Amino acid sequence: MRAISFQQSSEETLLLKLSGPWKLGSDLPTVEDVAGRIASGRRVRKVAFDAEDLGNWDAGLLTFLVKVRDLCRQKNIELDSRGLPEGVHRLLGLASAVPEIKDTGKNQVRERWFARVGDRTIEAVRASREVLEFIGDATLTLAKLAGGRVRMRRSDLLLIIQQCGADALPIVTLISALIGLILAFVGAVQLKLFGAEIYIASLVAIGMTREMGAMMAAIIMAGRTGAAFAAELGTMQVNEEIDALKTLGVSPMEFLVLPRMLALVLMMPLLAVYADLVGILGGMAVGVGAFDITLTQYAEQTQLALNTRHILIGVVKAGVFGIIIAVSGCLRGMQCGRSATQVGYAATSAVVTAIVWIIVADGLFAVITNVLKI
Amino acid sequence: MNRSASHIGVRNLTIAYGDFVVMRDLNFTINRGDVFIIMGGSGCGKSTLMKVLIGLKSPATGQVFYNDKSLWEIDPTDRQQIMQRFGILYQSGALWSSMTLAQNVGLPLELYTGLAAGEIHDLVSLKLSLVGLAGFEEFYPSEISGGMRKRAGLARAMALDPEVLFFDEPSAGLDPVSARRLDDLILELRESLGTTVVVVTHELASLFAIGNNSVFLDPETRTMIASGDPKQLLAESPDPKVRRFLTRGEE
Repeated sequence: MRAISFQQSSEETLLLKLSGPWKLGSDLPTVEDVAGRIASGRRVRKVAFDAEDLGNWDAGLLTFLVKVRDLCRQKNIELDSRGLPEGVHRLLGLASAVPEIKDTGKNQVRERWFARVGDRTIEAVRASREVLEFIGDATLTLAKLAGGRVRMRRSDLLLIIQQCGADALPIVTLISALIGLILAFVGAVQLKLFGAEIYIASLVAIGMTREMGAMMAAIIMAGRTGAAFAAELGTMQVNEEIDALKTLGVSPMEFLVLPRMLALVLMMPLLAVYADLVGILGGMAVGVGAFDITLTQYAEQTQLALNTRHILIGVVKAGVFGIIIAVSGCLRGMQCGRSATQVGYAATSAVVTAIVWIIVADGLFAVITNVLKI
Repeated sequence: MNRSASHIGVRNLTIAYGDFVVMRDLNFTINRGDVFIIMGGSGCGKSTLMKVLIGLKSPATGQVFYNDKSLWEIDPTDRQQIMQRFGILYQSGALWSSMTLAQNVGLPLELYTGLAAGEIHDLVSLKLSLVGLAGFEEFYPSEISGGMRKRAGLARAMALDPEVLFFDEPSAGLDPVSARRLDDLILELRESLGTTVVVVTHELASLFAIGNNSVFLDPETRTMIASGDPKQLLAESPDPKVRRFLTRGEE
């Protein structure tokens, strides 16, 4: 049975007879059926209802009625809802009590393609300016630090140093040892063809100190500490803690960002040197354990291959990577909106931004060291 | 103390997020020693107005005067000095989560008073006992309840004996007894220290109990539609929106 039928009850009044159950999920009539009937029949000035045969109903009936109400308003037709059951009549009244606010700024029509490109460009310029402002602000704060005029708690700095230094050692140990092992195995396959397995030691030593030690420590710290910085500052943003600092006249840059930047810039070179050492030990385990190299030969070859320059390049890179991770983490945290979703986005974005810029910076280091022949 | 002297003046203030105007044409005066209520329905821009008053958000147009100094037209350093005379209780308490309650309340004192550690410790204990949190000095914000966090936030807001105390929805999330206690505390602070108090709220019991001046913000017209003593507004305001709000929609 159709759930709706129409009857032109009197001159210019259309009676909608509702029957049977009106439940969501069943095949309910649509407002288009009513619109079609209004358009096709005689002139309609009033829509009324007959719900005598109406069975069980739920929100499915209400959504239909709200659309019929909107249709009537649009076509300037009077809506007489008295024939509806009392509950439906009252709920319909509730749904109509507060008029829809049109200019909330969220119901805009879809913009044209050129307008969207323009908007995105303006947004990109604004975002770049924000990044530059943040970097500029951070630099000025560092300059203030040199002048000894910053408001920062020493205990905060020491705690963050512990968190991104000592606390990171287990994961850095594991990853660096594995990287050393992998480098040794990959190198050995090729070197063995020439009977030059002893150069596994040189490969691992130079590979770890110049490249992989700093790089892997940076990737670990980006995922571990950069994300933590962003989430921590983002949550502070959500909880109005940063507002509380600002109104107290304390610069969040000095109080929150500076200790994080200092801690990472100080700890990253140390972590990189530690990663170099563990990586070399990992390579040594492969060289000595799986190939015919003695411990002494491996150590001597490592010593021959290494020089201060290789180690220094790795240390400088690690310092730069530290700045990148701290800036990305703190920037995304400070830019965070005021919701849980935004905190998640800030943490993800901090990691992605840091890793992209670490790789870009590493590429630049490769070019510069090649040009300078160091 | 001159109660009728203008402390905070708002002139032709319009607040916007980008192109979206939150409130326009606001004009009102908060006198020294007032308990001034910013009221209106949910989402009408009360908290945003408070952000402009405390210097966190710049207005689109118009001015906010503190003792006849325009907050948004002076040098940022001068603005910062004015802001240091404010105590603010945020809706969530906004305690610094990595610090204990004693450190939270003590930080403003450390930064701005030059007092010795022992004196700061005594002051912190006093402020915490004023809000009923004596003995909780070494607790972290995550270890106490929401109501306690709010009271600790008030202790921090009072740390520097501010000239103006701002409260964003102070009773939200509090049981009726705690809410009443907070109201009494606000009145006590006004009476004993002469503090000007600005409260953002839509809690009727609270606003009638403590407010002696107010502004009513209307989300539909996006401007203020009434100002004055809330009790007087209830008795005399001809505006149906104001009457409906102040009588919980019974009129």
